[in-house]
This record gives sequence, structure tokens and C-alpha cells, in this order.
Amino acid sequence: MKVYIRSAACISPQKTFNNPSFLDEAVERVGNRLNCIEPDYNEIIDPKLTRRMSRVIKMSVASAFACLKNAGIDKPEAIVTGTAYGCLEDTGTFLTNMVEQDEEPLSPVAFVQSTHNTIGAQIALLLKCNSYNNTFVNGSISFENALLDAMMLLAENTDHILVGGMDEITDMSHAILSRTGLYKRTPISNFDLFKSGTKGTVGGEGAAFFLLSNTANENNLACIDDVSTFHKPADITETARQIEAFFEAQSIDSGDIDLLIWGNNGDTKNDEIYSQLKQSVFSGIASINYKNLCGEYPVSTAFASWLGANIIKSNHIPDSLNPEGSINDKIRRVLIYNHYQNIHHSLILLSSC
Amino acid sequence: MSAAVFVAGAGVISGIGNNVPECLSALENSTTGIDRISYLRTNHQGLLPASEVKLGNAELALLSGFQPSTSRNVMLSMIAAKEAWDNSGINSMPGLRTGFVSATTIGGMDKTENFFVDFVADHNKGRLRDLAYHECGNVSQAVAEKLGIKHHVSTISTACSSSANAIMYGARLIKHNILDAVIAGGTDALTRFTLNGFNTLLILDEQYCQPFDENRRGLNLGEGAGYIVLVSERVASVLKKDPGCSLSGYCNFNDAYHQTASSPEGDGPYGAMIGALKMSGLQPEDIDYINLHGTGTSNNDSSEGAAIKRLFEPHYPKMSSTKTFTGHTLGASAGIEAVFSTLAIKAGIVYPNLRLQTPMAELPFVPEINFSRNQNIKNVLSNSFGFGGNCSSLIFSKN
Repeated sequence: MKVYIRSAACISPQKTFNNPSFLDEAVERVGNRLNCIEPDYNEIIDPKLTRRMSRVIKMSVASAFACLKNAGIDKPEAIVTGTAYGCLEDTGTFLTNMVEQDEEPLSPVAFVQSTHNTIGAQIALLLKCNSYNNTFVNGSISFENALLDAMMLLAENTDHILVGGMDEITDMSHAILSRTGLYKRTPISNFDLFKSGTKGTVGGEGAAFFLLSNTANENNLACIDDVSTFHKPADITETARQIEAFFEAQSIDSGDIDLLIWGNNGDTKNDEIYSQLKQSVFSGIASINYKNLCGEYPVSTAFASWLGANIIKSNHIPDSLNPEGSINDKIRRVLIYNHYQNIHHSLILLSSC
Repeated sequence: MSAAVFVAGAGVISGIGNNVPECLSALENSTTGIDRISYLRTNHQGLLPASEVKLGNAELALLSGFQPSTSRNVMLSMIAAKEAWDNSGINSMPGLRTGFVSATTIGGMDKTENFFVDFVADHNKGRLRDLAYHECGNVSQAVAEKLGIKHHVSTISTACSSSANAIMYGARLIKHNILDAVIAGGTDALTRFTLNGFNTLLILDEQYCQPFDENRRGLNLGEGAGYIVLVSERVASVLKKDPGCSLSGYCNFNDAYHQTASSPEGDGPYGAMIGALKMSGLQPEDIDYINLHGTGTSNNDSSEGAAIKRLFEPHYPKMSSTKTFTGHTLGASAGIEAVFSTLAIKAGIVYPNLRLQTPMAELPFVPEINFSRNQNIKNVLSNSFGFGGNCSSLIFSKN
């Protein structure tokens, strides 16, 4: 089910949006929360509309529009989104109002915009796009579900599918996830994320959109060869076996992969899985981390896919990514491997067109 | 890509019964599930009727095998999904690639909204375990694990059309030879979040709803879960019992008109219905029964009615809204109505549209008001339309 990535656009904690330079300088933050660097939305979306939109809606609509513009497509033939949390800010607002006002009549705006399909729906509404529109809300593989849907659609006689992954941090979600122990207790520079040797990661967020197509085009960034997920492996042996099965299904072995983009997040326990795999299935593959740039969040693989596609197109790994291992002259195949709290694991294989 | 996807099993829990036979019996006896709210703790008890599942969380725990402290939504999902799975007989067939595609609009919101009572006062308060199912995906994952389904789990949320899209996605996973059998549908428990949300939109009926009535006032919410088991042609051919019914067409079409309202001409509903017909290779006159979206709001029924008029004039099939029984179960509605639609095909049933007094003046057709059996029902169209313009239609056909 190989498909082409015609264009990609991403709003992230780095200068990734509408920026001709590809991560030449990385942005450093100290703390345990990496918020997105957001553009002036009034230049992208009608200011009358942005007033009511929450951050995640604005980030998503802006990156979807930029993605379509880069591809030269006015209306996609389908819009598919993936988000673990959906519109958290509006959900939190409505819940808070409901509690504080003891179920007295409330404003409907936050409720209406709290539904998980708001983003896909807003994009359709603004584009007047009647085509297939779907939203996956499946935790940290929501983006992978959306990719699979898009790839199936492309095999069903459609072309030009807009697919995106997005999640936001809000003050409430950050407070809650801090209490669960997800984040580091003491402030840290994201540049030092993998040096701390402590528990916890830094929170992240972002919106990344891709225009996927069946059609060869000199502007295509890369191909997606396949996407695969697995859930709660019994142990590291099963994890390795699942990854090997993925290689077999693609008729490749680890030597065919020029670069591994993997999901280390700076939490010692979490990252142990990656270092064990480096001794086995991923042995000898050059690798880069990405969560020091975008933080940990459920659909972070959307950011990693943006990164991988641009690395393949430019055949260049920005210095800010500190690659480990020797890099081949031509980067033909990039594998993204991520796991979220050892619950969901995902593999996305990209290749040059 | 293989063409046919068959329906091998069905399971449902709703305000009118805890399984398929109980729901069918209530439908036959015109017994609505809409009543005074008595299980959900809300200030609107006694003011806004709803169709609740008539079991407390302790009873749902016994039926589902989950702890009573689990989200009500997980337990509803488990009960209906397990009934469907057992009913299909797939469980006894080894070596199949199986999946669970479930829809929900609220995940574990019933617990999250309790957490928020303490959390709003102090961000260090509130029991974190009440958030275990806040993410919609965790609801599906918990049920899939208990059912032993591992090859594929996914969760869809497109407001009131959610479970129609789950059924569509499940069917496509089979057609693309990714899976052999899929439990697909959806679940939503009644919560203060949704009750107050719809109340702020001023579309809840303080009386029992009257879909497709000239004097309709709005919708009643409901809760429940409904799933069908979809199987490939190869699996269907070796099943002990003939599935008797297939999913012959479906379409997801966006109205792109307004975040919460449907277009007056029903462009979204029309697009979804005609797209599903096109896929099934059927003509409008081949449809024998329409399970309407029929929420009872002024806007939905006008828009859906206009679209049906455009598409079916002058040959109108029998039609009714079973939301007059179950209330609007949101993310579960298309799953529950898919179960009712497949039962309609198997037993030639047409369901009544309860409480219809004055048919809508603008429409040249009138929904059915009586239950009937042994009709010649070969093709059923099931409609589901939601916020965000998400419109989806499914067509089930007799084999």
C-alpha cells in the first residue's frame, strides 16, 4: 500500500511552520513543557473565526491549510485526523463551567467545540469540502490509525487525502499529567533531555498535516511504505519479534534502513526499551531522537513523520538532531519506531520516491 | 479487494433492553425506554427525560465482568460487544485475524466529570484513577483485551455518526484483507457533560420526543451500545449458520454547512444516502425500510426529510426513527440502529415511529406507526448524521 507524501506542514515547539530552513537552529526551553511556536493566525484564517477557536483548532487548521497550499490542492478527496485527547481546552472549559455553575444554563460554544471531530469538521467547513471525513481517537496510535485509513482510501480509487495528527497541552492537562508522574519533577533543558538519567519526560504538543497521493510527482517528499502497530507486548522478546515480523512483511532487514527515528523521551524506564532494541533488532542502524524537539505527546509520530519526510527529500540531517552512528550518503529508507508507555508501539516506514 | 462483507452477529444494550431479545420484545410491544432520569446524578432529573439503561453500575459490573468502579461506558460496550461476539460463533474459529473497531464520543467522561468536581476546587485534588478511561481509546482497549482481540483495535469519534464510521472502517479492513472478522459499532453512556451540552444548545425535549412530527420539540438523549460482527466471504462460508445479511453499501459525506446544524436542503444526508446506494448497486426503489436518523429536532428532521424527498420521490420506502424508543445514544446510535436494521432484514420487521401525531406538513410521506413482522425486507438504509457535518449512511441487504 505504498503512497506518496506530496506535502507536509507542521506547527511544533520548533520553528517548523512556513520556515524554508529545515531545523537549522533548534529552540531551547527549560522546564517540563514544550509549547508550540505559533504563527500569526490572522494571516491564515479569517480573524472572525479564529476568535472562537481553541489553540489546537487554530494550529491544526493553519497546518492543514499550509499543507494543501504546498501541494497546490484546493480540496482534498478525504480529510482524516487522529488525536488522543481531542479538544482539551474546550472540554476543560465546559467541565469547569458545569461544576462552578452547578449545571445551570451554560454557553454552548465550548461544548460544541469539544467534540473530537471538531478539527476535521472545521477544515471541511472552511474548504466547503463534502468528501469523506473521519476522526480517530485511539490514544498514542490515533495518527497511525488515520494513516492506515488514508492508505486504504488511496487504494480505493481516491487521490489527494489530507491526514493529520494533533494534540495540545493545556494548563489542566499539564497539571493532571504531572500528577501521574509523566513529567520530570525538576526543570530541564530540552537539549539535555537524554542526559538526565531520571524519571519523567517533558510534555509536548503539535499539529502536523500531510497530503498523501497515489500520483508520482517530482515535488513528492517521500513515500510511506507501510504503517504497523502492536499493543502491550509481553516482554522485550515479543517487541523484537513484532519488529522483525514488520521487516519480513516489507522484505527488508535492518541493514536496509538508513536512519531510525525513535521515540526516546528521557524517562529512564521508558528509554530502556529502546536501548535493549539497539542491542538486537536495531543494531548498527544510525539513529536520531526527536522528542527533545517536540516533547512527549500521544501523536508525536506525526511530528516524526514530518521530520522523516523532510530528511529524505533534502537528504540531509540537521546538526541539531545529533545523529548517532555513521550516516549513508543517500538516505533512502527511514524507519520511525515509537512506543508510548510500553502500551502502544508503532512502526512507520518511509522511503525515497 | 474482496467485495462482500457479511453480518455474522449482533449485540445491543439500550434503554429498552439489555440484549437483542429484550430490545426486540420492547420494539414489538411499543415500549419506550424514555423515562425520568434515575441513574445519572444530575440536577436535571425530573426535568429532562432520557432513555437510560435500566441497570446501576453494580449490576452492569456483574454482567460485564468489570469492577463496579469502571466507567459505565466500558461496561456498556463490553456487554453489547460480547453478545455480538458470542452470537457470531467466531470465537470458536481459531487462526482468524480479528479486530475491534469501536466508536464513542465521550470515553470515560462519566468518571472525568466526577473527578472535576474536586479538581476545579483544587488542582491537587480528584482521584486520578477516575481518569483511567478519559481517553476514548482506553474504553475500546479495555473491552478488546477482555474479549481477547489483539490484531487490531481502533476508536472513532465523529459525533452522532461515529459508529456508522466504525462499521464502515471495520468493513474496509476486511475488504483490504487486513482482518477476517471485526466487531464494529459504538458505545456512549449518559453523562452530565452531554446532557448539559445538548441542553445549552436548546435542542432537548422536556417531553418525550416526537421525531418527524409537525410539532416536534427536540430530542431525548439515551445511552447504550450496539455492535455487529462483520466477516469476510471466506469466513461467512464456513460459519455454522448462514449470516443471512450483508453490508452492501456505505458512504461518509460531509455537509460542510455549519458546525452543529444541517443544511436546509439536506445536502449532507442526500450525499451520504446516494453514495451508499451507488456502492450497493441499488436504486432508491430497492430500499424497503429506512431506519431514520430522526432525532426529533426541528433542524434534523427537516433536513433529513428534504433529502429523502429529493432522493426517493415518488416511491417512499417504509421508515421510522427507533430513537423514539432508545433516545439519541450519540456515538452508539448507528451501532444500535445497525443491530435493529439487520434484525429487520432477518425477520422482515418494520419498527414503529412512536408518538407520531401530526405528520410534517412539508413532507409527502409519513413514517410507520405500527410494528409489523414477516414483511418482504431485502434492503435497509440506516442514517446517522452528526455535528461537524459528519453524515454517514449504511445499507444492509438480504443475501
